[in-house]
Amino acid sequence: MGNYAIETVGLNFNFGNQVIVKDLSLQVPKGSIYGFLGPNGAGKTTTIKILLNLLKSPSDQVFIFGKEINSNRIATLKRIGALVEQPAIYGHLTGKENLINRCILLGIKRTKADEMLTLVGLADAANKKANKYSLGMKQRLGIAQALISDPELLLLDEPTNGLDPNGIIEVRNLMIDLATKHQKTILVSSHLLAEIERTATHVGIINKGQLLFQGTINELHLLSKPMLEIEVDNIESASSFLTKSGYEILTKTDKLITIPFTSAQKSGELNTLLIQNGFTVSSLYQQRKDLENLFLDITKTN
Amino acid sequence: MRSLYISLISEFYKSRKTLAFWAAILLPLIICGLITFGFYSGSEKILKFHYPPMVLWAQYCGAALGVMGLLIMPFYVIFMAFSVNNIEHKNDTWKMLFAQPLNKFSIYAAKYLYAVLLIFICLFLFATLTYAFGHLLQIVVPKYNFNQYNPSNILITSYFKLFLSSLGILSLQFILSLLWSDFLKPMGIGFVGTIMGIITANVGWKYAYLIPYSLPTLALRITKVKKGTDPLDFPIFTQEIWTSLIYASALFIIGYFIVTKKSIK
Repeated sequence: MGNYAIETVGLNFNFGNQVIVKDLSLQVPKGSIYGFLGPNGAGKTTTIKILLNLLKSPSDQVFIFGKEINSNRIATLKRIGALVEQPAIYGHLTGKENLINRCILLGIKRTKADEMLTLVGLADAANKKANKYSLGMKQRLGIAQALISDPELLLLDEPTNGLDPNGIIEVRNLMIDLATKHQKTILVSSHLLAEIERTATHVGIINKGQLLFQGTINELHLLSKPMLEIEVDNIESASSFLTKSGYEILTKTDKLITIPFTSAQKSGELNTLLIQNGFTVSSLYQQRKDLENLFLDITKTN
Repeated sequence: MRSLYISLISEFYKSRKTLAFWAAILLPLIICGLITFGFYSGSEKILKFHYPPMVLWAQYCGAALGVMGLLIMPFYVIFMAFSVNNIEHKNDTWKMLFAQPLNKFSIYAAKYLYAVLLIFICLFLFATLTYAFGHLLQIVVPKYNFNQYNPSNILITSYFKLFLSSLGILSLQFILSLLWSDFLKPMGIGFVGTIMGIITANVGWKYAYLIPYSLPTLALRITKVKKGTDPLDFPIFTQEIWTSLIYASALFIIGYFIVTKKSIK
């Protein structure tokens, strides 16, 4: 338990008769970027709200930094920064005033507001009313609000929502920075796999309130059987040579031979073997099943 | 205590640029200003009556108190209860507020207290401005005899009663505005309630005091009656005030339970 920033133990949550979260056991290691994936309506936001104690969980099912959330609400919330759904912004206040208001609530220095505005690239729009902000600017302000208390744990619900490609890259880099340089733990939800794949170290996949997969990003990749794609000249003789040498050929096109990937070392040995037998290998690489397809497979079987 | 203070400061910070906050200052300024202007421009007519100083003050204070107590006060309270909650409904910030490392009760109580404070400031300004503008009139129109009577006692007691008698409405409207994010429901109920309150209070229905909306009218009417006999000696804590305070505290507690049970969507 000590190594997890977030741990839920068989978490169940209903709205009336409707089951929203079912037997969910999240394990988010400290210092990780945990990609919380699922289609819309899977229960991601509900889970995040439970982690913020906005929705009351049954006792002894949710632990943040090893502490039960209901009995340690305030102490726990002090260590969390969050962006849930749409950023919570007062439209009649300027961006800076929104952050100052947060400083007041958290009892921290107001100068922090300027720091955060610079960090998220809103320094120029600091004195503009927040309801005049674009969707992307609001999202940045929301991220600034989540970061302002310098929390150990960040809960970001679809943080790149509404951002342009540049903004998406900035947020992605910011997350990696926070996790690697500042040892923050980040739980980031998304329905876009490609987004998570680029940043996350760990992944949890949820559908209809149930956790379908949880593990490191590499473990997720292993789920899809990796293959080795070989680009080689003289493809016909190369393939018959490989078959003779005991390799199983999965597919063969006029440019590529695909065989099951076993290990990096084995791939190297194969390369050497081909070259020693007079073939020219122009490329040899490990190919994984596209995460997008993998994701669809996992959620469909459920 | 600290989180209550923090929340209160934040309430002020959030609302300081809104109409809700400025209404507390502008309303007394405008109404007292208008009445004073009336007494200034119509001074000749008023001077003809040769009012004794106490009656002159009573006429002058009564003008503001009457307008305020009868109509504006209930609506002002309804508006305050609405705007303090609406600032969170409108911006969808309830979830942010309750995700802060602050005691839930403090957040709720600070909102309520802030509304109480605004009403207090508004009525305090009414009393002060009435007093100050009265003396200003004396300077501008020296024939008046405002300076021969000290109305502060009546002013303080009347406005204090008005303040206390409005807390019942505030708590009720506070819950309504907490539950519904739209303007029409709390406003509609408040409007009907106020009309009902005024009617029942004026026809002298025996149980009128059980309707929170009739309490300001009732509280002021008794003040006026007693004014004729002994202006300096009328009780503050009458039946209406007690009823208002009981309503206020009961509904305040109920409101807290609604807040804790309210799922933050």
